[in-house]
Amino acid sequence: MTVWLALAGMALITFALRASFLLLPPHVETPALLRRALPFVPPAVLTALWAPEVLLRGGEPDFSVGNEHLLAGAVAIAVAWRWRRTFVTIIAGLASLHLFSWLT
Amino acid sequence: MPFGLVTGVAMVASGIAPLAAILMSVFVFAGASMIASAQLLASGTPLVMVLLATAFINLRFMMYSATLRPHFGRLPLGWRMLVGYLVADNVVGLSAGRFADHREDPAKLEFFLGVGSVIWLVWQAGVAAGALLGAGLPASWRLEFAAPLAFIAMSVPFIRDRAMLAAALAAGLTVILAHDLPLRLSIPAAALTGMAAGVWFSRRPKP
Repeated sequence: MTVWLALAGMALITFALRASFLLLPPHVETPALLRRALPFVPPAVLTALWAPEVLLRGGEPDFSVGNEHLLAGAVAIAVAWRWRRTFVTIIAGLASLHLFSWLT
Repeated sequence: MPFGLVTGVAMVASGIAPLAAILMSVFVFAGASMIASAQLLASGTPLVMVLLATAFINLRFMMYSATLRPHFGRLPLGWRMLVGYLVADNVVGLSAGRFADHREDPAKLEFFLGVGSVIWLVWQAGVAAGALLGAGLPASWRLEFAAPLAFIAMSVPFIRDRAMLAAALAAGLTVILAHDLPLRLSIPAAALTGMAAGVWFSRRPKP
């Protein structure tokens, strides 16, 4: 049940954000600070989504070589930086995860 | 296509039913927020926090709609709603690039709707295939890790300058430090510190 409520709520929120400035009357201006801050939302939020999965183990930060998620994440970052292809990054990350967990 | 496929697989691997993933894709049509909410829902996060996380993840669409406003802001309401529904990272990326070169192009709407509908169709097919396929793949493949990997792949290309890097680092640090906050408040907190860091590092030096 929660899934369907989430679906409906997410659909409404996402549409409201997408259509926001297209539906506002023409004379309404965008606040200057919001206009400056919005470009930083994608790198900030997207990083916040992966950082815990890669850096935390059992709820605690783990920067040891035994953290295979950290190693695979580092490989994925390097691949994403070099090639900028989503699919290649994911394949490289998954392959590294299996490799590092086999090694350790 | 691959990213739609990955999204479908990652959602199902996170523990959401294939049918819910497919319908969510049609109604929400925003990959990052769909993967994140599949993870949050599977870990029992309250509905309100799933919606708050969605709002922050998709806040970038607000920026896109501001980008499109000069081109489509005066169309009839129905067209503006359709344009709004098709707003997505790659649709806006392709269109904004073209509109910058062809400022007075009379066929902007046709171009946007053409690009948007093709990307939409390919995306939906990808998610559906991924969701159906993902349900049959063994857990030993550890495909749930495809979700953070997809976010890495999406976030890294944004790091073009110091301010973008500062936004990403501040958000990453915040989400780790605030990890123990209840209700996954760490995500909105990270969004806010990231925005603040980005604004701070992009300020113009005083003359």
